Amino acid sequence: MCGIVGLYLKTSSLKDRLGEMFTPMLIEMTDRGPDSAGVAVYHAPASEGQVKITAFHPDPAFDWTALATAVSSDLGVTIEHHPNDTHHVLISGGEAGALEDAIEAYDPLLQVMSAGTTIEIYKETGLPEEVADKFGLKSMKGSHAVGHTRMATESAVTTAGSHPFSTGLDLCLVHNGSLSNHNRLREHLATHRGIEFKTENDTEVAAAYVSDKMNAGRSLHEALEDSIKDLDGFYTFVVGTRDGFAVLRDPIACKPAVLAETDDYVAFASEYRALVDLPGIETAKVWEPEPAVVYSWGGQA
Amino acid sequence: MSGEQNSCEQSSGGQNIEVLDLAQMPLREANARLQGDAKPAGAFFKVINPRGAHALACGLDSEIEVEVEGHTGYYCAGMNKLARVVIKGNAGQGVAENMMSGEVRVTGDVSQSAGATAHGGLLIVEGNAAARCGISLKGGDIVVKGNVGHMSMFMAQAGTLVVLGDAGDALGDSLYEAQIYVRGSAENLGADCVEKEMRDEHREKLRALLDKAGCADVDVSEFKRYGSARALYHFKPDNVDAY
Repeated sequence: MCGIVGLYLKTSSLKDRLGEMFTPMLIEMTDRGPDSAGVAVYHAPASEGQVKITAFHPDPAFDWTALATAVSSDLGVTIEHHPNDTHHVLISGGEAGALEDAIEAYDPLLQVMSAGTTIEIYKETGLPEEVADKFGLKSMKGSHAVGHTRMATESAVTTAGSHPFSTGLDLCLVHNGSLSNHNRLREHLATHRGIEFKTENDTEVAAAYVSDKMNAGRSLHEALEDSIKDLDGFYTFVVGTRDGFAVLRDPIACKPAVLAETDDYVAFASEYRALVDLPGIETAKVWEPEPAVVYSWGGQA
Repeated sequence: MSGEQNSCEQSSGGQNIEVLDLAQMPLREANARLQGDAKPAGAFFKVINPRGAHALACGLDSEIEVEVEGHTGYYCAGMNKLARVVIKGNAGQGVAENMMSGEVRVTGDVSQSAGATAHGGLLIVEGNAAARCGISLKGGDIVVKGNVGHMSMFMAQAGTLVVLGDAGDALGDSLYEAQIYVRGSAENLGADCVEKEMRDEHREKLRALLDKAGCADVDVSEFKRYGSARALYHFKPDNVDAY
Protein backbone atom coordinates (compact mmCIF):
# COMPACT_ATOMS: atom_id res chain seq x y z
CA MET A 1 0.00 0.00 0.00
CA CYS A 2 1.13 3.55 -0.71
CA GLY A 3 -0.58 6.90 -0.84
CA ILE A 4 -0.34 9.27 -3.76
CA VAL A 5 -1.58 12.79 -4.17
CA GLY A 6 -1.35 15.45 -6.85
CA LEU A 7 -2.55 19.00 -7.25
CA TYR A 8 -2.56 20.94 -10.51
CA LEU A 9 -3.66 24.55 -10.40
CA LYS A 10 -5.64 25.85 -13.34
CA THR A 11 -5.74 29.41 -12.00
CA SER A 12 -2.47 31.21 -11.37
CA SER A 13 -4.04 33.20 -8.52
CA LEU A 14 -3.74 30.13 -6.30
CA LYS A 15 0.00 29.66 -6.95
CA ASP A 16 1.02 31.22 -3.65
CA ARG A 17 -1.16 28.71 -1.83
CA LEU A 18 0.06 25.51 -3.52
CA GLY A 19 2.01 24.22 -0.49
CA GLU A 20 -0.71 25.20 1.94
CA MET A 21 -3.34 23.30 -0.09
CA PHE A 22 -1.09 20.33 -0.87
CA THR A 23 0.52 19.59 2.52
CA PRO A 24 -2.66 18.35 4.29
CA MET A 25 -3.31 16.06 1.31
CA LEU A 26 0.09 14.42 1.75
CA ILE A 27 -0.19 14.12 5.53
CA GLU A 28 -3.68 12.60 5.34
CA MET A 29 -2.17 9.70 3.38
CA THR A 30 0.19 8.74 6.24
CA ASP A 31 -1.87 5.62 7.03
CA ARG A 32 -1.18 4.36 3.52
CA GLY A 33 2.56 5.02 3.66
CA PRO A 34 4.42 5.85 6.86
CA ASP A 35 7.93 4.76 5.71
CA SER A 36 8.94 7.75 3.66
CA ALA A 37 7.49 10.62 1.71
CA GLY A 38 8.43 12.77 -1.21
CA VAL A 39 7.14 15.62 -3.29
CA ALA A 40 7.83 17.18 -6.65
CA VAL A 41 6.96 20.85 -6.77
CA TYR A 42 6.90 22.81 -10.00
CA HIS A 43 7.68 26.46 -9.49
CA ALA A 44 9.94 29.41 -10.28
CA PRO A 45 11.17 28.34 -13.74
CA ALA A 46 14.88 28.98 -14.25
CA SER A 47 15.57 31.78 -16.72
CA GLU A 48 16.36 31.11 -20.37
CA GLY A 49 19.49 28.99 -20.78
CA GLN A 50 19.59 28.01 -17.10
CA VAL A 51 18.89 24.60 -15.61
CA LYS A 52 17.62 23.77 -12.15
CA ILE A 53 18.87 20.71 -10.30
CA THR A 54 17.77 19.36 -6.93
CA ALA A 55 20.49 17.33 -5.22
CA PHE A 56 20.61 15.46 -1.93
CA HIS A 57 23.45 14.69 0.45
CA PRO A 58 22.76 12.76 3.66
CA ASP A 59 25.37 14.66 5.69
CA PRO A 60 23.92 17.92 7.09
CA ALA A 61 27.49 19.28 7.31
CA PHE A 62 28.23 18.68 3.63
CA ASP A 63 29.96 21.69 2.07
CA TRP A 64 27.67 22.68 -0.80
CA THR A 65 29.64 25.85 -1.54
CA ALA A 66 32.74 23.77 -2.20
CA LEU A 67 30.70 21.55 -4.53
CA ALA A 68 29.35 24.57 -6.42
CA THR A 69 32.81 26.04 -6.75
CA ALA A 70 34.35 22.79 -7.99
CA VAL A 71 31.61 22.06 -10.53
CA SER A 72 31.58 25.70 -11.70
CA SER A 73 35.29 25.66 -12.47
CA ASP A 74 35.13 22.17 -14.07
CA LEU A 75 32.34 23.10 -16.44
CA GLY A 76 33.00 26.83 -16.78
CA VAL A 77 29.55 27.80 -15.54
CA THR A 78 28.18 29.91 -12.67
CA ILE A 79 26.14 28.02 -10.08
CA GLU A 80 23.81 29.52 -7.49
CA HIS A 81 22.67 27.15 -4.80
CA HIS A 82 19.78 27.42 -2.37
CA PRO A 83 19.73 25.17 0.69
CA ASN A 84 16.68 23.30 1.92
CA ASP A 85 17.81 20.95 4.70
CA THR A 86 19.53 17.89 3.18
CA HIS A 87 18.55 19.02 -0.33
CA HIS A 88 19.92 21.93 -2.32
CA VAL A 89 18.56 23.53 -5.46
CA LEU A 90 21.35 24.43 -7.86
CA ILE A 91 20.73 26.84 -10.71
CA SER A 92 23.32 26.96 -13.42
CA GLY A 93 24.04 27.57 -17.06
CA GLY A 94 25.20 24.63 -19.14
CA GLU A 95 23.67 21.31 -20.04
CA ALA A 96 21.67 19.30 -17.50
CA GLY A 97 23.33 15.93 -18.22
CA ALA A 98 26.86 17.25 -17.78
CA LEU A 99 25.91 19.02 -14.55
CA GLU A 100 24.25 15.90 -13.14
CA ASP A 101 27.34 13.82 -13.94
CA ALA A 102 29.71 16.39 -12.46
CA ILE A 103 27.65 16.67 -9.25
CA GLU A 104 27.40 12.92 -8.74
CA ALA A 105 31.09 12.45 -9.56
CA TYR A 106 32.09 15.00 -6.91
CA ASP A 107 30.97 12.83 -3.97
CA PRO A 108 29.59 9.29 -4.07
CA LEU A 109 26.89 10.18 -1.54
CA LEU A 110 25.49 13.01 -3.66
CA GLN A 111 22.30 12.15 -5.51
CA VAL A 112 20.56 14.21 -8.13
CA MET A 113 16.84 14.09 -7.35
CA SER A 114 15.60 16.03 -10.34
CA ALA A 115 16.77 18.17 -13.23
CA GLY A 116 14.96 20.53 -15.56
CA THR A 117 13.88 24.13 -15.51
CA THR A 118 10.96 24.04 -13.10
CA ILE A 119 10.85 20.82 -11.07
CA GLU A 120 12.20 20.42 -7.53
CA ILE A 121 12.04 17.05 -5.76
CA TYR A 122 12.35 16.58 -2.02
CA LYS A 123 12.16 13.16 -0.46
CA GLU A 124 13.18 11.50 2.78
CA THR A 125 12.47 8.54 5.01
CA GLY A 126 10.16 9.19 7.93
CA LEU A 127 6.56 10.13 8.52
CA PRO A 128 5.03 12.39 5.85
CA GLU A 129 4.41 15.16 8.40
CA GLU A 130 8.07 15.16 9.45
CA VAL A 131 9.19 15.21 5.83
CA ALA A 132 6.80 18.07 4.99
CA ASP A 133 8.01 20.09 8.00
CA LYS A 134 11.66 19.43 7.26
CA PHE A 135 11.41 20.97 3.79
CA GLY A 136 8.86 23.67 4.61
CA LEU A 137 6.39 22.23 2.13
CA LYS A 138 3.49 24.27 3.49
CA SER A 139 4.99 27.58 2.38
CA MET A 140 6.04 26.41 -1.08
CA LYS A 141 4.53 28.11 -4.09
CA GLY A 142 4.09 26.77 -7.57
CA SER A 143 1.79 25.61 -10.35
CA HIS A 144 1.53 21.91 -9.49
CA ALA A 145 2.80 19.29 -7.09
CA VAL A 146 2.90 15.52 -6.93
CA GLY A 147 3.48 13.59 -3.71
CA HIS A 148 3.85 10.09 -2.36
CA THR A 149 3.71 8.36 1.01
CA ARG A 150 5.42 5.02 0.86
CA MET A 151 4.88 1.59 2.36
CA ALA A 152 7.79 -0.22 0.75
CA THR A 153 7.30 -3.48 -1.16
CA GLU A 154 9.77 -3.80 -4.02
CA SER A 155 12.91 -2.16 -2.60
CA ALA A 156 14.45 -0.86 0.62
CA VAL A 157 13.27 2.07 2.72
CA THR A 158 15.87 4.66 1.70
CA THR A 159 15.79 8.21 0.44
CA ALA A 160 16.69 7.03 -3.05
CA GLY A 161 13.96 4.39 -2.98
CA SER A 162 11.35 7.00 -2.07
CA HIS A 163 9.11 8.53 -4.68
CA PRO A 164 8.73 10.66 -6.79
CA PHE A 165 11.09 9.25 -9.38
CA SER A 166 12.48 11.48 -12.04
CA THR A 167 14.25 10.10 -15.06
CA GLY A 168 13.85 12.94 -17.51
CA LEU A 169 13.95 16.71 -17.48
CA ASP A 170 11.07 18.12 -15.44
CA LEU A 171 9.34 14.75 -15.40
CA CYS A 172 8.29 12.93 -12.26
CA LEU A 173 6.18 9.90 -11.58
CA VAL A 174 4.63 8.47 -8.42
CA HIS A 175 3.19 5.00 -8.19
CA ASN A 176 0.87 3.00 -5.99
CA GLY A 177 1.17 -0.66 -6.84
CA SER A 178 3.85 -3.01 -8.07
CA LEU A 179 5.04 -3.84 -11.56
CA SER A 180 5.69 -7.42 -12.54
CA ASN A 181 7.77 -6.92 -15.69
CA HIS A 182 10.13 -4.24 -14.41
CA ASN A 183 13.30 -6.35 -14.53
CA ARG A 184 12.94 -7.20 -18.20
CA LEU A 185 11.90 -3.67 -19.08
CA ARG A 186 14.78 -2.16 -17.10
CA GLU A 187 17.21 -4.36 -19.02
CA HIS A 188 15.64 -3.33 -22.33
CA LEU A 189 15.72 0.39 -21.51
CA ALA A 190 19.31 0.17 -20.23
CA THR A 191 20.62 -1.91 -23.14
CA HIS A 192 18.72 -0.48 -26.07
CA ARG A 193 17.76 2.99 -24.95
CA GLY A 194 20.88 3.97 -23.01
CA ILE A 195 19.03 4.80 -19.80
CA GLU A 196 20.98 4.75 -16.53
CA PHE A 197 19.09 3.44 -13.53
CA LYS A 198 19.88 4.56 -10.01
CA THR A 199 17.83 2.06 -8.02
CA GLU A 200 16.31 -1.42 -8.18
CA ASN A 201 12.87 0.15 -7.79
CA ASP A 202 10.05 -0.84 -10.17
CA THR A 203 8.67 2.70 -10.24
CA GLU A 204 11.93 4.08 -11.59
CA VAL A 205 11.42 1.78 -14.59
CA ALA A 206 7.94 3.20 -15.20
CA ALA A 207 9.31 6.76 -14.99
CA ALA A 208 12.13 5.84 -17.38
CA TYR A 209 9.68 4.26 -19.80
CA VAL A 210 7.55 7.42 -19.90
CA SER A 211 10.52 9.76 -20.28
CA ASP A 212 12.00 7.57 -23.03
CA LYS A 213 8.73 7.71 -24.96
CA MET A 214 8.53 11.48 -24.50
CA ASN A 215 12.14 11.92 -25.62
CA ALA A 216 11.14 10.01 -28.74
CA GLY A 217 8.46 12.62 -29.44
CA ARG A 218 5.36 11.21 -27.78
CA SER A 219 3.24 13.59 -25.70
CA LEU A 220 2.68 12.85 -22.01
CA HIS A 221 -0.81 11.60 -22.87
CA GLU A 222 0.48 9.34 -25.66
CA ALA A 223 3.39 8.02 -23.58
CA LEU A 224 0.96 6.90 -20.90
CA GLU A 225 -1.30 5.30 -23.49
CA ASP A 226 1.74 3.34 -24.70
CA SER A 227 2.48 2.22 -21.16
CA ILE A 228 -0.89 0.45 -20.86
CA LYS A 229 0.42 -2.02 -23.44
CA ASP A 230 4.00 -2.36 -22.15
CA LEU A 231 3.77 -2.18 -18.37
CA ASP A 232 2.43 -5.21 -16.56
CA GLY A 233 1.28 -5.16 -12.96
CA PHE A 234 -0.76 -3.07 -10.59
CA TYR A 235 -0.47 0.64 -10.79
CA THR A 236 -2.03 3.98 -10.29
CA PHE A 237 0.37 6.61 -11.64
CA VAL A 238 0.42 10.35 -11.25
CA VAL A 239 2.86 12.06 -13.59
CA GLY A 240 4.03 15.67 -13.65
CA THR A 241 5.85 17.48 -16.44
CA ARG A 242 6.97 21.12 -16.70
CA ASP A 243 3.43 22.23 -17.48
CA GLY A 244 1.43 19.02 -17.50
CA PHE A 245 -0.27 16.63 -15.09
CA ALA A 246 -1.64 13.16 -15.80
CA VAL A 247 -3.24 10.15 -14.10
CA LEU A 248 -3.41 6.52 -15.23
CA ARG A 249 -4.70 3.31 -13.61
CA ASP A 250 -4.00 -0.21 -14.80
CA PRO A 251 -6.79 -2.06 -16.65
CA ILE A 252 -7.75 -4.11 -13.57
CA ALA A 253 -7.78 -1.00 -11.36
CA CYS A 254 -6.76 -2.69 -8.14
CA LYS A 255 -5.35 0.45 -6.60
CA PRO A 256 -7.68 3.19 -5.47
CA ALA A 257 -7.91 6.63 -7.06
CA VAL A 258 -10.10 9.70 -6.77
CA LEU A 259 -10.03 12.80 -8.95
CA ALA A 260 -11.63 16.14 -8.17
CA GLU A 261 -11.89 19.09 -10.52
CA THR A 262 -13.08 22.67 -10.13
CA ASP A 263 -12.54 25.76 -12.28
CA ASP A 264 -9.42 26.40 -10.18
CA TYR A 265 -7.68 23.05 -9.83
CA VAL A 266 -7.46 19.32 -10.51
CA ALA A 267 -6.67 17.21 -7.46
CA PHE A 268 -5.84 13.54 -7.24
CA ALA A 269 -5.62 11.29 -4.18
CA SER A 270 -5.62 7.62 -3.32
CA GLU A 271 -8.56 8.29 -1.04
CA TYR A 272 -11.16 11.02 -0.94
CA ARG A 273 -10.33 11.97 2.65
CA ALA A 274 -7.07 13.55 1.41
CA LEU A 275 -9.10 16.07 -0.58
CA VAL A 276 -11.55 17.25 2.07
CA ASP A 277 -9.73 20.46 3.03
CA LEU A 278 -9.42 21.80 -0.52
CA PRO A 279 -11.38 24.99 -1.15
CA GLY A 280 -14.67 24.35 -2.93
CA ILE A 281 -14.38 20.55 -2.67
CA GLU A 282 -18.05 20.32 -1.64
CA THR A 283 -19.13 21.41 -5.09
CA ALA A 284 -16.19 19.99 -7.10
CA LYS A 285 -16.73 17.29 -9.69
CA VAL A 286 -15.46 14.21 -7.84
CA TRP A 287 -15.04 10.91 -9.66
CA GLU A 288 -13.13 7.67 -9.81
CA PRO A 289 -10.85 7.56 -12.87
CA GLU A 290 -11.72 4.72 -15.23
CA PRO A 291 -9.25 1.86 -15.59
CA ALA A 292 -6.81 2.08 -18.53
CA VAL A 293 -7.90 5.61 -19.40
CA VAL A 294 -5.33 8.41 -19.48
CA TYR A 295 -6.44 11.68 -17.88
CA SER A 296 -4.21 14.65 -18.61
CA TRP A 297 -4.19 18.39 -18.14
CA GLY A 298 -1.85 21.03 -19.54
CA GLY A 299 1.37 20.18 -21.37
CA GLN A 300 1.20 19.30 -25.03
CA ALA A 301 -1.05 16.41 -24.14
CA MET B 1 -20.93 8.64 26.95
CA SER B 2 -19.10 11.63 25.59
CA GLY B 3 -20.72 10.91 22.23
CA GLU B 4 -24.02 12.16 23.57
CA GLN B 5 -22.40 15.43 24.57
CA ASN B 6 -21.28 15.93 21.01
CA SER B 7 -24.57 15.07 19.40
CA CYS B 8 -27.55 17.34 19.42
CA GLU B 9 -31.22 16.91 18.85
CA GLN B 10 -33.10 18.64 16.11
CA SER B 11 -36.75 18.50 15.40
CA SER B 12 -37.91 18.36 11.83
CA GLY B 13 -41.45 17.75 10.67
CA GLY B 14 -42.40 16.28 14.02
CA GLN B 15 -39.57 13.74 13.84
CA ASN B 16 -36.66 13.80 16.25
CA ILE B 17 -33.32 13.89 14.50
CA GLU B 18 -30.08 13.20 16.32
CA VAL B 19 -27.12 14.85 14.62
CA LEU B 20 -23.72 13.20 14.81
CA ASP B 21 -21.03 15.66 13.71
CA LEU B 22 -17.85 13.86 12.71
CA ALA B 23 -15.95 17.15 12.86
CA GLN B 24 -16.65 17.14 16.61
CA MET B 25 -16.92 13.47 17.44
CA PRO B 26 -14.58 10.51 16.90
CA LEU B 27 -15.80 8.01 14.30
CA ARG B 28 -15.91 5.17 16.85
CA GLU B 29 -18.24 7.13 19.08
CA ALA B 30 -20.55 7.88 16.19
CA ASN B 31 -20.59 4.24 15.13
CA ALA B 32 -21.15 3.09 18.72
CA ARG B 33 -24.14 5.43 18.98
CA LEU B 34 -25.61 4.09 15.73
CA GLN B 35 -24.97 0.48 16.69
CA GLY B 36 -25.96 0.66 20.34
CA ASP B 37 -29.16 -0.59 21.93
CA ALA B 38 -32.07 1.37 23.32
CA LYS B 39 -33.16 3.19 20.23
CA PRO B 40 -36.79 3.31 19.21
CA ALA B 41 -37.60 1.77 15.84
CA GLY B 42 -37.51 4.46 13.17
CA ALA B 43 -35.07 6.67 15.12
CA PHE B 44 -33.48 9.14 12.72
CA PHE B 45 -29.81 10.09 12.73
CA LYS B 46 -28.03 12.59 10.58
CA VAL B 47 -24.25 12.25 10.18
CA ILE B 48 -22.57 15.46 9.10
CA ASN B 49 -18.96 16.16 8.04
CA PRO B 50 -18.11 12.56 7.11
CA ARG B 51 -15.00 13.88 5.29
CA GLY B 52 -14.39 10.58 3.51
CA ALA B 53 -14.16 8.58 6.75
CA HIS B 54 -13.80 4.82 6.39
CA ALA B 55 -16.15 2.24 7.96
CA LEU B 56 -18.86 4.76 8.81
CA ALA B 57 -22.27 3.42 9.90
CA CYS B 58 -21.00 -0.16 9.78
CA GLY B 59 -22.59 -3.07 11.59
CA LEU B 60 -25.94 -1.36 12.19
CA ASP B 61 -28.46 -3.85 13.53
CA SER B 62 -31.75 -2.13 14.20
CA GLU B 63 -34.52 -0.41 12.27
CA ILE B 64 -33.11 3.08 12.34
CA GLU B 65 -32.68 5.65 9.59
CA VAL B 66 -29.32 7.25 8.98
CA GLU B 67 -28.65 10.07 6.58
CA VAL B 68 -25.02 10.87 5.79
CA GLU B 69 -24.45 14.36 4.40
CA GLY B 70 -21.38 14.13 2.17
CA HIS B 71 -18.87 11.75 0.61
CA THR B 72 -17.80 8.67 2.55
CA GLY B 73 -14.68 6.46 2.49
CA TYR B 74 -14.41 2.68 2.39
CA TYR B 75 -17.03 0.17 3.61
CA CYS B 76 -19.76 2.64 4.51
CA ALA B 77 -22.85 0.82 5.83
CA GLY B 78 -20.99 -2.49 5.66
CA MET B 79 -22.69 -5.49 7.29
CA ASN B 80 -25.92 -3.50 7.49
CA LYS B 81 -28.89 -5.24 9.10
CA LEU B 82 -32.39 -3.72 9.22
CA ALA B 83 -31.25 -0.10 9.05
CA ARG B 84 -31.98 2.31 6.21
CA VAL B 85 -28.91 4.37 5.31
CA VAL B 86 -28.88 7.21 2.79
CA ILE B 87 -25.52 8.63 1.67
CA LYS B 88 -25.95 12.05 0.11
CA GLY B 89 -22.77 12.05 -1.92
CA ASN B 90 -20.32 9.49 -3.29
CA ALA B 91 -19.23 6.37 -1.44
CA GLY B 92 -15.79 4.76 -1.53
CA GLN B 93 -14.91 1.11 -1.95
CA GLY B 94 -17.13 -1.63 -0.60
CA VAL B 95 -20.25 0.35 0.25
CA ALA B 96 -22.85 -1.95 1.90
CA GLU B 97 -20.45 -4.87 1.64
CA ASN B 98 -21.83 -7.98 3.30
CA MET B 99 -25.20 -6.32 3.94
CA MET B 100 -27.68 -8.72 5.56
CA SER B 101 -30.92 -6.74 5.24
CA GLY B 102 -32.23 -3.17 5.19
CA GLU B 103 -31.53 -0.57 2.52
CA VAL B 104 -28.60 1.56 1.51
CA ARG B 105 -29.10 4.38 -0.97
CA VAL B 106 -26.27 6.45 -2.44
CA THR B 107 -27.21 9.63 -4.29
CA GLY B 108 -23.86 9.92 -6.10
CA ASP B 109 -21.36 7.43 -7.52
CA VAL B 110 -19.82 4.47 -5.75
CA SER B 111 -16.33 3.08 -6.01
CA GLN B 112 -15.30 -0.54 -6.49
CA SER B 113 -16.88 -3.66 -5.00
CA ALA B 114 -20.18 -2.01 -4.07
CA GLY B 115 -22.48 -4.47 -2.32
CA ALA B 116 -19.79 -7.18 -2.31
CA THR B 117 -20.95 -10.47 -0.74
CA ALA B 118 -24.27 -8.95 0.38
CA HIS B 119 -26.60 -11.65 1.70
CA GLY B 120 -29.77 -9.56 1.68
CA GLY B 121 -31.15 -6.04 1.62
CA LEU B 122 -31.22 -3.54 -1.19
CA LEU B 123 -28.43 -1.24 -2.37
CA ILE B 124 -29.51 1.61 -4.63
CA VAL B 125 -26.92 3.68 -6.47
CA GLU B 126 -28.29 6.78 -8.16
CA GLY B 127 -25.05 7.42 -10.08
CA ASN B 128 -22.48 5.02 -11.49
CA ALA B 129 -20.74 2.08 -9.83
CA ALA B 130 -17.08 1.32 -10.56
CA ALA B 131 -15.49 -2.09 -11.10
CA ARG B 132 -16.59 -5.33 -9.45
CA CYS B 133 -20.04 -4.16 -8.37
CA GLY B 134 -21.82 -7.04 -6.60
CA ILE B 135 -18.74 -9.27 -6.56
CA SER B 136 -19.56 -12.58 -4.87
CA LEU B 137 -23.12 -11.45 -4.18
CA LYS B 138 -24.88 -13.95 -1.92
CA GLY B 139 -28.53 -12.92 -2.04
CA GLY B 140 -28.79 -9.13 -1.82
CA ASP B 141 -30.28 -6.90 -4.50
CA ILE B 142 -28.48 -4.01 -6.17
CA VAL B 143 -30.03 -1.37 -8.43
CA VAL B 144 -27.61 0.97 -10.22
CA LYS B 145 -29.21 3.84 -12.12
CA GLY B 146 -26.05 4.64 -14.06
CA ASN B 147 -23.37 2.28 -15.39
CA VAL B 148 -21.36 -0.46 -13.70
CA GLY B 149 -17.63 -1.09 -14.24
CA HIS B 150 -15.73 -4.17 -15.31
CA MET B 151 -16.09 -7.60 -13.69
CA SER B 152 -19.35 -6.71 -12.03
CA MET B 153 -21.09 -9.69 -10.36
CA PHE B 154 -17.87 -11.74 -10.56
CA MET B 155 -18.67 -15.15 -9.00
CA ALA B 156 -22.01 -13.88 -7.69
CA GLN B 157 -23.93 -16.76 -6.15
CA ALA B 158 -27.43 -15.43 -5.49
CA GLY B 159 -29.27 -12.12 -5.60
CA THR B 160 -29.92 -9.61 -8.35
CA LEU B 161 -28.11 -6.76 -10.05
CA VAL B 162 -30.18 -4.28 -12.08
CA VAL B 163 -28.30 -1.79 -14.24
CA LEU B 164 -30.21 1.02 -15.91
CA GLY B 165 -27.16 2.13 -17.88
CA ASP B 166 -24.38 0.03 -19.42
CA ALA B 167 -22.19 -2.72 -17.97
CA GLY B 168 -18.39 -2.86 -18.42
CA ASP B 169 -16.08 -5.64 -19.49
CA ALA B 170 -16.61 -9.28 -18.37
CA LEU B 171 -20.05 -8.92 -16.82
CA GLY B 172 -21.02 -11.86 -14.62
CA ASP B 173 -17.78 -13.79 -15.01
CA SER B 174 -17.98 -17.24 -13.36
CA LEU B 175 -21.53 -16.53 -12.25
CA TYR B 176 -23.51 -18.98 -10.11
CA GLU B 177 -27.26 -18.54 -9.59
CA ALA B 178 -27.43 -14.74 -9.38
CA GLN B 179 -29.50 -12.76 -11.90
CA ILE B 180 -28.46 -9.72 -13.88
CA TYR B 181 -30.72 -7.27 -15.73
CA VAL B 182 -29.16 -4.60 -17.93
CA ARG B 183 -31.10 -1.90 -19.78
CA GLY B 184 -28.17 -0.54 -21.79
CA SER B 185 -25.44 -2.58 -23.39
CA ALA B 186 -22.99 -5.00 -21.84
CA GLU B 187 -19.47 -4.43 -23.19
CA ASN B 188 -18.97 -8.18 -23.09
CA LEU B 189 -19.97 -11.13 -20.94
CA GLY B 190 -17.55 -12.97 -18.67
CA ALA B 191 -16.90 -16.71 -18.75
CA ASP B 192 -20.09 -18.77 -18.44
CA CYS B 193 -22.39 -15.72 -18.41
CA VAL B 194 -25.05 -15.77 -21.10
CA GLU B 195 -28.10 -13.79 -22.14
CA LYS B 196 -31.30 -15.53 -21.10
CA GLU B 197 -34.94 -15.33 -22.02
CA MET B 198 -37.09 -12.77 -20.14
CA ARG B 199 -40.18 -14.58 -18.93
CA ASP B 200 -43.14 -13.19 -17.02
CA GLU B 201 -41.72 -14.24 -13.67
CA HIS B 202 -38.55 -12.24 -14.43
CA ARG B 203 -40.53 -9.21 -15.55
CA GLU B 204 -42.52 -9.34 -12.32
CA LYS B 205 -39.44 -9.63 -10.18
CA LEU B 206 -37.70 -6.80 -12.03
CA ARG B 207 -40.83 -4.61 -11.80
CA ALA B 208 -40.99 -5.09 -8.04
CA LEU B 209 -37.30 -4.29 -7.61
CA LEU B 210 -37.49 -1.18 -9.78
CA ASP B 211 -40.52 0.07 -7.88
CA LYS B 212 -38.75 -0.49 -4.59
CA ALA B 213 -35.74 1.45 -5.88
CA GLY B 214 -37.92 4.39 -6.92
CA CYS B 215 -37.82 3.68 -10.66
CA ALA B 216 -41.55 3.27 -11.24
CA ASP B 217 -41.32 5.01 -14.62
CA VAL B 218 -38.74 2.58 -16.02
CA ASP B 219 -40.11 0.03 -18.51
CA VAL B 220 -39.07 -3.57 -17.81
CA SER B 221 -39.34 -4.48 -21.49
CA GLU B 222 -36.18 -2.46 -22.15
CA PHE B 223 -34.01 -4.87 -20.14
CA LYS B 224 -32.06 -7.96 -21.09
CA ARG B 225 -31.52 -10.75 -18.60
CA TYR B 226 -28.20 -12.49 -18.04
CA GLY B 227 -27.38 -15.54 -15.98
CA SER B 228 -25.11 -18.54 -15.69
CA ALA B 229 -24.85 -21.09 -18.50
CA ARG B 230 -24.03 -23.54 -15.68
CA ALA B 231 -21.21 -25.08 -17.69
CA LEU B 232 -18.45 -23.95 -15.37
CA TYR B 233 -19.43 -24.75 -11.83
CA HIS B 234 -21.63 -27.83 -12.02
CA PHE B 235 -20.10 -31.15 -11.16
CA LYS B 236 -20.22 -33.20 -14.36
CA PRO B 237 -20.77 -36.97 -13.99
CA ASP B 238 -18.88 -37.36 -17.30
CA ASN B 239 -15.73 -36.29 -15.49
CA VAL B 240 -16.11 -38.58 -12.53
CA ASP B 241 -13.06 -40.62 -13.53
CA ALA B 242 -10.89 -37.56 -13.14
CA TYR B 243 -11.53 -37.33 -9.40
